[in-house]
Amino acid sequence: MSDFAANSRTDEAQFGDYVALLKPRVMSLVVFTALVGLLVAPVGVPPVVGIAAILFIALGGGASGALNMWYDADIDQVMRRTQGRPIPAGKVSPGEALTLGLWLSGFSVVMLGLAANWFAAGFLAFTIFFYVVIYTMWLKRWTPQNIVIGGAAGAFPPMIGWAVATGGISIESILMFGLIFVWTPPHFWALALFMNSDYDKARVPMLTVTHGRPHTRRMILAYTLALVPVALGLGLTSIGGPVYLAVAVILNLAFLRGAWAIWTRDEDIAAGDEYAVEKKVFRFSLLYLFLHFGALLVEAGLRQLNMGGW
Amino acid sequence: MPIAESHEIHQRRFGRNLGVALCLVTFVGLSFFLTISKLSNGGTIEGFDYVPQPSFTVDEASQ
Repeated sequence: MSDFAANSRTDEAQFGDYVALLKPRVMSLVVFTALVGLLVAPVGVPPVVGIAAILFIALGGGASGALNMWYDADIDQVMRRTQGRPIPAGKVSPGEALTLGLWLSGFSVVMLGLAANWFAAGFLAFTIFFYVVIYTMWLKRWTPQNIVIGGAAGAFPPMIGWAVATGGISIESILMFGLIFVWTPPHFWALALFMNSDYDKARVPMLTVTHGRPHTRRMILAYTLALVPVALGLGLTSIGGPVYLAVAVILNLAFLRGAWAIWTRDEDIAAGDEYAVEKKVFRFSLLYLFLHFGALLVEAGLRQLNMGGW
Repeated sequence: MPIAESHEIHQRRFGRNLGVALCLVTFVGLSFFLTISKLSNGGTIEGFDYVPQPSFTVDEASQ
């Protein structure tokens, strides 16, 4: 009885492949923004509850990542950027990803409810539903607005973090949502401008394909303009303050300059320097979001010392 | 037949088994500390054995 042939595969999935199903890089953004949402809230939570809540929010985000990879396996197979994911690489079967995703979804929602409160848990369940069903299954393959509306899924975590502490919603948490929500389209469209043929091949309706590149450049500028009042407005709420506002003014001016530069370029110039400006704006947009939430944390820290805020 | 028969799957699956074990240990630890935290911050917590339970006792003044 010392050999069981069914288990003699040599290329079987390792633990890391299952971790990869949870999209650890997206998870790190979820952890960071949810943590900020939790820490800037006016109500404190016991440290263990806070750690547990962040962990279960991250796990819920990971679960939706696994469900996304299960549904999108056919697209991932075609796109160069995603061919190395566990399912297209043949390490994990789609069924396994589906099972893991569903179990982790249920587990993370129930545990968040027990650890924190059921409002936050319901919010997490809605976020998973929104990302998997509304974005992945419905919008992504149907409309070039996929990025815009789908961005809401990535924008919910700070609201969930806020709900863990306060048990509700407020103007501050809505504006934190708005910041990520309006930031997502220019961020992803800058990426789409230099990831040339990938989305065409996978037949995902990206704005660059359906409406053309000049239109995409215009839209990047339009959404960046819409982003400015949200980012600055957040600074005027109870969680903002002079430090946040100063950081926001500088970052928004820089982002606007980048979006303006993208708008004034045409494809020939962009192809000439291999999309240098687009790549730069894409990288800067990550820093933009990180520093905004970092500044909110700084304000929260200063308030502890009776120095921050208005 | 010895119970601990060796097989190459034991080496091959070691990483996965270790990962699952660590996850379970983390979860047990987290549940424990969550419980401690909830109990020490909680409001009225009733025992259900030999302790008189306030909600079950009848207030004498109201009779």
